[in-house]
Amino acid sequence: MHTPAVSFQSVHKQYGELSALKSISFDVRPGCFFGLLGPNGAGKSTLINTMAGLVKPTSGTIQVNGHDVVKDYRQARRTLGVVPQELISDPFFSIQDLLTIQGGYFGLKGRAQAKWIDELLSRLALSDKRNALTHELSGGMKRRVLIAMALVHQPQVLVLDEPTAGVDVDLRKTLWEFTKDLHKKGHTIILTTHYLEEAEALCEEVAILKSGNLKALETTSELISRHQYRYLRVIPSATHQFLVNQLPVVLQQRYVEQDVNGVLFRLEKDMPLNSMLGWLSDAGFDVQDLTSRNATLEEVFLDLTGEVE
Amino acid sequence: MQMNWVGCWALFMKEVRRFYSVAVQTIFAPVVASLLYLLIFGQVIEARMDVYTGLSYSQFIIPGLVMMTILQNAFSNTSSSLIQSKMHGNLTFVMLSPISPLELYLAFVSASIVRGLAVGLGVLVVGIWGFDIVWQSPMWILLFAVLSAAVMGGVGMTAGILADKYDHLAAFQNFIIIPLTFLSGVFYSIHALPEFWQVFSHFNPFFYMVDGFRFGFFNQSDVSVLFSLAITVLFLVAVTVINLILLYKGVKIRH
Repeated sequence: MHTPAVSFQSVHKQYGELSALKSISFDVRPGCFFGLLGPNGAGKSTLINTMAGLVKPTSGTIQVNGHDVVKDYRQARRTLGVVPQELISDPFFSIQDLLTIQGGYFGLKGRAQAKWIDELLSRLALSDKRNALTHELSGGMKRRVLIAMALVHQPQVLVLDEPTAGVDVDLRKTLWEFTKDLHKKGHTIILTTHYLEEAEALCEEVAILKSGNLKALETTSELISRHQYRYLRVIPSATHQFLVNQLPVVLQQRYVEQDVNGVLFRLEKDMPLNSMLGWLSDAGFDVQDLTSRNATLEEVFLDLTGEVE
Repeated sequence: MQMNWVGCWALFMKEVRRFYSVAVQTIFAPVVASLLYLLIFGQVIEARMDVYTGLSYSQFIIPGLVMMTILQNAFSNTSSSLIQSKMHGNLTFVMLSPISPLELYLAFVSASIVRGLAVGLGVLVVGIWGFDIVWQSPMWILLFAVLSAAVMGGVGMTAGILADKYDHLAAFQNFIIIPLTFLSGVFYSIHALPEFWQVFSHFNPFFYMVDGFRFGFFNQSDVSVLFSLAITVLFLVAVTVINLILLYKGVKIRH
């Protein structure tokens, strides 16, 4: 059996009266693209910072590639790269210098390291900014610098804490291409993001946290398929007008929302579609078209957390 | 546990390059400030104060001024670097690396010694050039310069760790460091003071650093040089222990 890339065992973090993490236990398998999801204040960043050694757990242990992050922190940190959520700057050093210095902290120097830094700068489209200072860069570029800093020692496990927050679409795409490439090369990627479509597209497994508790831990596809609902989007004819509170109760109970794309209903998976069509017909609903689909990760997430991301 | 010397060196060099990149502020300005003290105090007090036999007042205060600049700049180096790193968030880069608390301490304090010595040397060179200064025991001079810079680098680190904002650091510097350096015998021999202030001076650890350092120049001091050395080493050990406890516990750094 493989050593987990990251293993959380009964990790608890207490801040005064607040339990930020409540005995969290789970493993992340090596090579997995793993999503750590949850609403604001769920404990995602606390869990990541505890893994990174920036926060001390009140109790419990975390191992990265078999190395305890407290007792064997040197080896744990050598195998872990963290892209923090907050943008960080340094007013004294150029991007290239920062990367060289950061590599030095890990005991890395010489021609091979310089070559890797060149490659990182190139892959993250920072080559022409190598001599710039961090405060001269845009937010998106600063984010890329943080990714380069996290990868300077070529860690096996890369943690990205909200890497696309405030980043434009182009850069987001570049970042995901780069991250997917790292994943293909065997790196374990742990991602927190508020963009759940991205998490659904990228993550093989997800953990959902809420108020410091682990609410779900599954492969993304199982989590979605296990969801007890499917969704039916009904497109009424252009002339059809209706009020939600005038619909029969069975439809009102299943009504989710209405927008320019139609009316969305949530149905129990085992309910025959005919029943729904019958209720729509009985209600005099003038249906022009309809589409049925499974739940998205976002809908599963909302169902589990009861909160809007 | 095996030391990560490459990492420690990388952090040390970063700290040295940091202050060197703003050398006007970190090296030249303190040298000029000390020379102004020399010019003003030397001229005004020269004829009014007796110090050691055979020495002019200006000759007397030069070692004191050199030590004062060493102390204040060694303190500034670690304290300002740490608070800036905390404010900009880039201390996180060090915290995410495999650098141990001991390596972090050694790197920061060593860089503060380099800055202290660089500024002190600047004052000394001008002092030698303008006044007839000789050194009787270069080894004592170097020993006290390095140890005192290390002590103040360590004190600066404690202040930098504990401070949450620049205001805290300014208070520490203005209400503790500057008064203690000014009252350490930089500008006078404590024998010229009333008895109460002589006794008071003996409770100021900076006094022993200045006095021992001055011994290296004149072979004369207010207290035994070995006693000054013992106090300085004791102070260094205490500061080191306090910093290592703070760093290992992660006080105000790891939450």
